[in-house]
Amino acid sequence: MHMLESDVGVEFRAATPPGRTADPVTGLRHAMPERGERATVGDFRHPRPRMTARNVDVHYGDKHAIKNVSLDIGANEVIAMIGPSGCGKSTFLRCLNRMNDTIDGARVTGAIALDGQDIYDRGMDVVALRAQVGMVFQKPNPFPKSIYENIAYGPRIHGLAGTRAELDEIVQRSLERAGLWDEVKDRLEQPGTSLSGGQQQRVCIARTIAVNPEVILMDEPCSALDPIATARIEELIDELREHYSIAIVTHSMQQAARVSQRTAYFHLGDLIEIGDTNQIFTNPRHPLTEDYITGRFG
Amino acid sequence: MSDGIGGAFRARASSPPRRTIDVVNATLARRHAAERRFRLYGLAAIITGLAFLALLFVSTVAKGYGAFQQVYVAIDVFFDPEVLAPDGKRDPDTLNAADYGAIIKRALKAQFPDVQARQELRQLSALVSTGAAFDLRDRVRGEPSVIGTTERVWLPADDEVDTLLKGGADRNAPEAERSLADRQLAWVDRWSAEGRLEKRFNTRFFTGGDSGEPELAGIWGAVVGSFYMLLVTLLLSFPLGVAAAVYLEEFAPKNRWTDVIEVNINNLAAVPSIVFGLLGLAVFINFFGLPRSAPLVGGLVLTLMTLPTIIIASRAALQSVPPSIREAALGIGASQMQMVAHHVLPLALPGMLTGAIIGMARALGETAPLLMIGMVAFIVDIPRQITDPATALPVQIYLWADRPERAFAERTAAAILVLLLFLIVMNALAVILRKRFERRW
Repeated sequence: MHMLESDVGVEFRAATPPGRTADPVTGLRHAMPERGERATVGDFRHPRPRMTARNVDVHYGDKHAIKNVSLDIGANEVIAMIGPSGCGKSTFLRCLNRMNDTIDGARVTGAIALDGQDIYDRGMDVVALRAQVGMVFQKPNPFPKSIYENIAYGPRIHGLAGTRAELDEIVQRSLERAGLWDEVKDRLEQPGTSLSGGQQQRVCIARTIAVNPEVILMDEPCSALDPIATARIEELIDELREHYSIAIVTHSMQQAARVSQRTAYFHLGDLIEIGDTNQIFTNPRHPLTEDYITGRFG
Repeated sequence: MSDGIGGAFRARASSPPRRTIDVVNATLARRHAAERRFRLYGLAAIITGLAFLALLFVSTVAKGYGAFQQVYVAIDVFFDPEVLAPDGKRDPDTLNAADYGAIIKRALKAQFPDVQARQELRQLSALVSTGAAFDLRDRVRGEPSVIGTTERVWLPADDEVDTLLKGGADRNAPEAERSLADRQLAWVDRWSAEGRLEKRFNTRFFTGGDSGEPELAGIWGAVVGSFYMLLVTLLLSFPLGVAAAVYLEEFAPKNRWTDVIEVNINNLAAVPSIVFGLLGLAVFINFFGLPRSAPLVGGLVLTLMTLPTIIIASRAALQSVPPSIREAALGIGASQMQMVAHHVLPLALPGMLTGAIIGMARALGETAPLLMIGMVAFIVDIPRQITDPATALPVQIYLWADRPERAFAERTAAAILVLLLFLIVMNALAVILRKRFERRW
């Protein structure tokens, strides 16, 4: 069956009218976007945008990983990005703080702006950008240093604290916001790697907010955690919304439904549908979205 | 599907079903036997390797342990003021220049009054090392009041006596084939009977420089030479190697040029060491005019040889730092430089040090390139600085192995033991470092 796939695809393509091709992931026939045309169903704009992405394309060598995606991240909102594996949601997220710069052969085109300033502009320093757009990764990755040093590292390299007392205060406030202070206040000198997975991830979140960014990007932050730790992080994300804009990539549709206000559904590099989380999960307008959230594939 | 395939499938399905467990049980014994055989092969390989290692150690120790002891002979020496200080002055210059050999000869003559012939006298004094005069000089200089008295002094015996007493010479061989004449054997036996011969710890072996006389030859000059050489090598190759590795791994763009550089570094690691010696001769000595036989040049050559090893080990250490740590640092806005200096380098440093120590150990044992730059010379003085002529431990071994005297064979083995000891210590240090700082994620 697998060997025959390309032949079948050609046959379908010939048989179906233009714009209707078989989807290599689902095998279903749906309307796929034409080149250059914006495919997205729903309004990708936000009334109070912090970050705006317009017509973003990403290539990894020959692979076209993100196709013409436009999306806003609004102030004080959590936007969830969902979709099957390899759909480009993480790639898109990593464009937002230029982490893709570190990957050889990655090429980003289009316009992404933070508060109206183009982040791919020549004048934009990635160091300054990443201080404003923090990132939490899939696997908890505390530095192999003390908990205190983990949190203090960002403020220290950016010169946010003048004195030791100020630094102590930043560390305490960040850990409090990450809901970890009471658990670790007596053992700040212990290595961050000695904590449990959920605590480690909260250290990573505290480390990110210690720099006081504008936007926090989260790349499947709970995929390595158990349900209790996950619930704790989700609660935290909801609290953080008060101060930050958050974009979260998740594999769990329940998680997207619980924590986000808007949801974007990615499929094979296309942004298929975006809208209020409620609407996406109760009344999806694109058939691919419906197939995905009803569990027909994914 | 065609009918043929379907038919065959149905036919197989209709035969009585074989349970998987029966099929597995049928082959299980064979599989276990294969596994046992495979384990035995591995065990045999390890035992063979260990046996060879044990053989090496046992034979080297058996040959070399004798060199840590040296036969001394007790002689009643009269410190004759006439010879030592004829004009009555006892200043260091006079005492240094005095003829101590004559004093020893007189003492020997006094002990064996019937020895008169010039030939016999020469044979008699040949039983005591020529270095004995230096021992006497040191004794007198340390305590000038000894002049005018008679004292029993333990002096190093000649290496032939040493070998004879350690059982290394066959005294029943015909006189012409022996290095000691019958007369000399008789004198030695008399000394022995009088309790004037004693084996003592051979300090000179550890504190002396090279010498033509085996009983006076020591490894200290070679050890110091090796030390200076390794110092130069370490100071140059570690910073250079780490810097090159960090640049290639963290900063260099990945393109054809860096590929070419990488391939060539790997090639350099495989270049025979003597080629580096030739290069050192042509470049450092002939072109830059650096001194011949000097640890400085030896260190430079060994740096060239060690650099690829350190670069490769350092790159491997950098690669083993998980990308998640790099992402974490970059993600909160650390610059590339800060990421490397604050996080990657500290985590990679133990691996780099391990690589450096192993590279150093290899450099310590290297002989061939040093032959090309003249470090193979016979050098008696202990080098005082990196530009003084010197040898190195492995070269010293090579030099001694060439000597015909039986006592040098013993010293060769002893020097090998010392070299092995240094290598074991260095490798153990590398293992300890790795264990101590190893981090798991």
